[in-house]
Amino acid sequence: MNKIVFFVVVALLALLPVLWPDPYMLSVVSAAGIMIVAAISLNVLLGFTGQLSLGHAAFFGIGAYTSALLSLGFDVSLFGYLLVVDPKPVWVAFVSGILVAAAFGWLIGKLAFRVRGAYFVIVTICFAQVMRMVALNWVDLTEGPMALVSIPALTLWIPGEGVIKLVSKSATYWLVLAANVLAYLIVARLVLSRFGRAAIALRENETLAKSIGIPVTRYLIVFSVISAGIAGAAGGLYAHTVRIIDPEVFMFIYTITMVIMVIAGGKGTLAGPVIGGIIFGLLPELLRGVVAPEVQWMLYGALMVLLLLFMPKGIVPTFNGLVRRLRARLAREKTAAAPAKARGANA
Amino acid sequence: MDQFLQHIVNALVLGSTYALLGIGLTLIFGIMRVVNFAHGELYAFGAYVSYALVSLLGLNYFGSVLLAGMLGLLLGAAIEFLLLRRCKLENIDEVMLIMIGLMIIMQNAELLLWGGVAKVVPTPFAQESITIGGIYLSPTRLFVFCAAVVLLIAFYLIIERSRLGLAMRATFQDRDAAKIVGVNVGSIYTLTFALGSCMAAVTGALLAPVFVVAPTMGDLASLKAFAIVILGGLGNIPGAALGGFALAAIEEFGSGYISTAYRDALGFLAILIVMVIRPQGLFAIKERVG
Repeated sequence: MNKIVFFVVVALLALLPVLWPDPYMLSVVSAAGIMIVAAISLNVLLGFTGQLSLGHAAFFGIGAYTSALLSLGFDVSLFGYLLVVDPKPVWVAFVSGILVAAAFGWLIGKLAFRVRGAYFVIVTICFAQVMRMVALNWVDLTEGPMALVSIPALTLWIPGEGVIKLVSKSATYWLVLAANVLAYLIVARLVLSRFGRAAIALRENETLAKSIGIPVTRYLIVFSVISAGIAGAAGGLYAHTVRIIDPEVFMFIYTITMVIMVIAGGKGTLAGPVIGGIIFGLLPELLRGVVAPEVQWMLYGALMVLLLLFMPKGIVPTFNGLVRRLRARLAREKTAAAPAKARGANA
Repeated sequence: MDQFLQHIVNALVLGSTYALLGIGLTLIFGIMRVVNFAHGELYAFGAYVSYALVSLLGLNYFGSVLLAGMLGLLLGAAIEFLLLRRCKLENIDEVMLIMIGLMIIMQNAELLLWGGVAKVVPTPFAQESITIGGIYLSPTRLFVFCAAVVLLIAFYLIIERSRLGLAMRATFQDRDAAKIVGVNVGSIYTLTFALGSCMAAVTGALLAPVFVVAPTMGDLASLKAFAIVILGGLGNIPGAALGGFALAAIEEFGSGYISTAYRDALGFLAILIVMVIRPQGLFAIKERVG
């Protein structure tokens, strides 16, 4: 049942550029799609292990910068040596971006999972801030506030057509959609695995999980690596589709956007970040021109507060709960109606 | 040597205001278990109150600091009463996210109201620095230091010597036991949040003529307040005061001897290092961090 729904939804989404080939709409949806991949990555940590990382924009930014720098090539002097890196093929750069982000995920996991709760949150924020300062100030490498420009687009080999650059709006859209499907499937597989069950156990009760022999910190680090890797992939996608990046990608507000998406949709559910991402990814576009950007952000904040006060579980779990209750009521009415009918027939 | 002494003086001035900022935050965390991301916005609020009164209405700077403190007190009480009371403070992460939502609302309200351009608040003191043995200190900074020290002492007396402080310390140690002996925990929460907010607003107003006033100032202030509080140990009040001076010293000496560009990064690096070697805070004796 769920599989059929999944395939139908993906197929319908894949048909969108054919049915409605409006370039503006496609670029808006692609931009939202990249943030959804990032939200999926955050959900891996926040939803399944219960650890709130408020430095996720750092992994996104590291993926974006690594991928962009490797595909452009760079030279930088390190401790007196001049390190020259020639431009690499764009997919090599993209995969390296994922790997470097994952490596930082491991490092932060190693450091930050010594502590929990508020301490963990603050460590992750500090990490993102340090990364932003480095991106701003290490001008030799990152060009600082001048930004990295003309980043090459990703390519694809198509039989009969040869290698093409994925620059058209529909190609970008399909690329982002494919990344979303891949990220979704990876997380779905992960959650069903031994790792996923262990993570949920430790989210529910860490002491109990530890007492039955789950090496809690090791599992947390595994999740941190996977989460950072997916965030890095989202960053790489951003770099190669927007094709210009500056230190703004490390801003706290991007992490907040991911958090709002996950919380609104429902943390700890597979569909949650997607639903939340669609709503909060498209909302700014719907509000554009209607209200000032500051008011738009204020609405964001207010929605976040209201959601946490009145629907802390998020849209997907609340909706599921409603469906379950409706079904239960229908079943009860059916069983109540059946004997009545039987009596009626006898009379 | 002169340069070294100059750095020490600068660190003391900056540290006294950092201490004020940090104590407000650590008080709120210690008593209410609320990670207050809106703390920096209250600091910005105080600075804007000072700007509105001094630059726009031509009022006295000292009066504006006083009024900013009072408005901060009211705003803090309102936030606690309208928002935090509703969510019963059960899940620390949820409350933290609610405070982030509030931070976004306040910051953008400032942006909408005042625009993105940084504002300047004129100082009531002479512009020329006082020179003592080769060390420069502007009269405004001297006043800020003195005011901050007076406030720190006043705060210490409230916590240690008054009945209110006694009730606060009791709630801090054990909420349920405090309830049993007749402490009205609800009003202690309101007062705590109001007092913490008041201190942030006063710090903002005090520093308005030293730095410029801009909508993004709250972000950095929040993060620095966290740095201070982590250095001292979350919920540790004397630790926060020491943490304030420690962060100021790290920034001042770091930017003097290592790199000015990375000045703001140094504080965050310090937190990362503290987290690795002493997660309970530099000045804590015992604290559970797990």
